[in-house]
Amino acid sequence: MIGIIDYGAGNIRSVSNALKRLGIGHTVSSSIGELQRADKLILPGVGEARMAMDSLDRAGLIRWLKDVRVPFLGICLGMQLLFEKSDERHTDCLGILPGKIVQFDSRSLPHIKVPHMGWNQVRRRNDSPLFAGIAESEHFYFVHSYYAPAVPETVGATEYGLTFSSAVQMNNFYGVQFHPEKSGSAGLQLLKNFGERC
Amino acid sequence: MLTKRIIPCLDVKDGKTVKGTNFVNLRDAGDPVELAARYSDEGADELVFLDISASHEGRKTLLEMVVRVAEAVQIPFTVGGGISTVYDVKRVLDAGADKVSLNTAIVQNPEFLERAAEHVGSQSIVAAIDVKRTNGGWTVWVKGGRENTGRDALKWAEETTQRGAGELLVTSMDRDGTQSGYDVDLLRELSTQVSVPVIASGGAGKLEHFIEALTNGKADAVLAASLFHFQQIKIAELKSFLRQQHIPIR
Repeated sequence: MIGIIDYGAGNIRSVSNALKRLGIGHTVSSSIGELQRADKLILPGVGEARMAMDSLDRAGLIRWLKDVRVPFLGICLGMQLLFEKSDERHTDCLGILPGKIVQFDSRSLPHIKVPHMGWNQVRRRNDSPLFAGIAESEHFYFVHSYYAPAVPETVGATEYGLTFSSAVQMNNFYGVQFHPEKSGSAGLQLLKNFGERC
Repeated sequence: MLTKRIIPCLDVKDGKTVKGTNFVNLRDAGDPVELAARYSDEGADELVFLDISASHEGRKTLLEMVVRVAEAVQIPFTVGGGISTVYDVKRVLDAGADKVSLNTAIVQNPEFLERAAEHVGSQSIVAAIDVKRTNGGWTVWVKGGRENTGRDALKWAEETTQRGAGELLVTSMDRDGTQSGYDVDLLRELSTQVSVPVIASGGAGKLEHFIEALTNGKADAVLAASLFHFQQIKIAELKSFLRQQHIPIR
């Protein structure tokens, strides 16, 4: 059973729809009691870092999340929250991964549009079970204005004016900047991999 | 490399697609959900649904459709048409849409755009702008192209991005339905001016039109409706043509 952490962020229904399509049992909840019974967790996220951290705080989830021992997948903003800080309204995040989330700057990167919106590729840096059976040539759907720089925990990197972390992994914590739930069959495969191989 | 997006647009009324299609092998050619799944399978990068229902019942049906589309396809989709409150925006997104497109309501009340972006984030807000050429420029039209606001389209486009739009869907009313090509001058002016992605709409009739919009027009995505519905151009065929022309395509 995968627990999808419901903290008022958008796209929870999309994640749930994708798992349903894969036949993976899951529950959507914001209660620690219920989420503790899950053997894997997904932190989805669309929106803004400060509001997301505030909602997690209000739900009393922050301390518990930092010590989670089961496989954990952060999606989009859910991945960014794994880092120490975000420049988005100078937000303190979960601090599971070292580093800071920064904004795509269309002044220093004059040829790019912000948000980074659309289908892009993920260059593998290290073997990760997340990408098992997924060709390097596959594309994933991105939509974000802030990004995680490349760090030692980067397992997938994407080019957009610069190189950023599109997939990270440390111990039981996994994160993807793109939306696997919106990335067609490659995205479904990634969620299946998380369900079966992580 | 970020790829250019191909976006079929479906007009829906009371939960049914309005413009006919000549897709074969569809159980119900008017079912937007089945059509969406078909486009997704053919390689569409994203979908846009424009609701032209006027009635309250029609809007309720739209939400049910959004729920069903979200269950049926694993690609992003935008829903627009008549959305005028933050409550509407949230309901459509909660039902499973990725973005909403806002048009007349934000021209009439630009603060609505800001409030919507604050609530759901710019990434989920598309400003739809319908324009017509005037002497030496372009003006914004609303209410489905029936009313001229007299506003300068380039200025309005800039204002929508300042107020929180994360993307622009720009339709040339002059070209819409003519199949004579996108308004490339308009697209180029807009795309070089704003920092958000621009979706080109209105005028696609042949393969070359897509190239023009994406190269000279600098558009980030291209949208078409009837052309795809009637399979004058198939999405797979368009994508392979664009690839041959060295346009980055998924």
